[in-house]
Amino acid sequence: MNENKDNKKSIQEKLELLKYNCANSSHLIVDQKKCAKCKEKPCTFICPAGVYTKDEITGEIVVQYENCLECGACRIACPKNIIDWSYPESGCGVVFKHN
Amino acid sequence: MNSVNKADVIVVGAGPAGISAAIAVARGGKKVLLIERAQYAGSKNMYGGAVYTTALKEVFKDDFKTIPYERIINSHTWAFLTDTGSFEMTYKNDDSSASYAIKRFNLEKWMIERAKEAGVYYIPNTLVTNLLLKDGCVIGVKTELEEYFASVTILADGVNSLLSRQINLRNNFEPKDIILSVKEAIKLDKKVIEERFNLKDDCTNGVNKLYFGTGFGKTKDVKNLFMMTFLHTFKDTVMLGVGANLADLTKNKLNLNEILDEVKKHPDISPLIKDGETIEYSAHLIPEGGYNKMPKLVSSGVIIAGDAAGFINSVHLEGTNFALISGKLAGESALSAIDNNDFSERSLLIYRKKLEKSFILKDLYSYRNVIDKLHSRSNSLSVYYPKKIRELFEIVTSANCISKGEQIRNYVKSFFKDRKVTELFKDIFAFFKCGFDVFFGK
Repeated sequence: MNENKDNKKSIQEKLELLKYNCANSSHLIVDQKKCAKCKEKPCTFICPAGVYTKDEITGEIVVQYENCLECGACRIACPKNIIDWSYPESGCGVVFKHN
Repeated sequence: MNSVNKADVIVVGAGPAGISAAIAVARGGKKVLLIERAQYAGSKNMYGGAVYTTALKEVFKDDFKTIPYERIINSHTWAFLTDTGSFEMTYKNDDSSASYAIKRFNLEKWMIERAKEAGVYYIPNTLVTNLLLKDGCVIGVKTELEEYFASVTILADGVNSLLSRQINLRNNFEPKDIILSVKEAIKLDKKVIEERFNLKDDCTNGVNKLYFGTGFGKTKDVKNLFMMTFLHTFKDTVMLGVGANLADLTKNKLNLNEILDEVKKHPDISPLIKDGETIEYSAHLIPEGGYNKMPKLVSSGVIIAGDAAGFINSVHLEGTNFALISGKLAGESALSAIDNNDFSERSLLIYRKKLEKSFILKDLYSYRNVIDKLHSRSNSLSVYYPKKIRELFEIVTSANCISKGEQIRNYVKSFFKDRKVTELFKDIFAFFKCGFDVFFGK
């Protein structure tokens, strides 16, 4: 668990380097009822931006869409195709410059 | 209908495939709209760090000379990492200019300028949400605000290509056919990079390094992880990233950032980035399904190109060149459909014929089993052979009062004792199968 925390911190530090434009509404929608039935929850560990976390109290998936790098890993890794994945609105989302 | 919203061809996505397609159409004298969701083309993209120049020359002709590259990449290293060191092999040719290190933000910006000069109508900041259909034929696109109409729509909307899935041109990729990749741009003094990598100060040479092997750090005990680490030198930045099979990551509950952090600590890599400052972190998917998972390439009124069609050859780090050339062929196919005034699927199938004649479908076909085979042998590639290479070089580089003959005999025998003999034969079979396919390929 401790290792996981280190990684979360590492990701957070790296995300702070990035520029994002206007994130007004989520482009990543999950179906909490279906997610509750998903045992593996790969989104919670696969995402390189740590967008998905399981709320320890409610058990729901919390989606920090504003950190999304728009790679699509969660969409394909999701075993039940639950994640309604689209791109952020026009001109919004992450801006890479040293890519 | 507003005439501004009508064109001969619409291209969705201003990456290398889309820009190249749009330029081909504009050069043919037809009206083409190039629609990009980002504020700046290139700002959503990520790749290893270098582009092969031949395809750029073919698309951009004389303008190619003005491309804002950072270094010419002409030193290539392949290495196996073990937990305490590595085995490296380097090929260097200072005369070669086959590959340029260039940031995608700068590459796409430059390409867009060329496209505008060619007469392309460029529409950034615009997300295409849907394809417009009439009697099963794609007649245009819907954005958040407007509708645009064209005889042919070219989808160059990248690896996730949500649009091609809307009309069932393509099935969803499975995790096993996808490589997830993360990368850091690490800033270092230009002089430091030149000293560290033995480079000239005029940017006429640069380094690309590829590392295999997972037997260290967090991945030490992971049996099957198909993974590669890559490094490119830029002017005052080193790009360091890792790519790994998405199914393997999922199965082993691994996060790729964690692996990248481990790689950065490896004794062979940490000195290369020492005192560097990470200035950017990015992630992207690579479609590896290849020929066997290729989508339907055309349908009435629509063509698909680049990553959206899964056109890459990751064995040789080719992707941008596939995108540029498939885009060009898509643009030319649209032109020929316009000439014939026939936008049916049958008419657009000329695109497939053009791809078959080019290196794109020939290579995709020849390499159709390579990635699957390598993936199925990932334990050998990432764990077993790095260990065997280390054992061999321990014999070669030390003296321990046992005759070399005996050591080498024991070493050879160990290949039959370490694992089930069938594993060895599976490796040999996979090696020859891939070699055979490529050698006798199209």
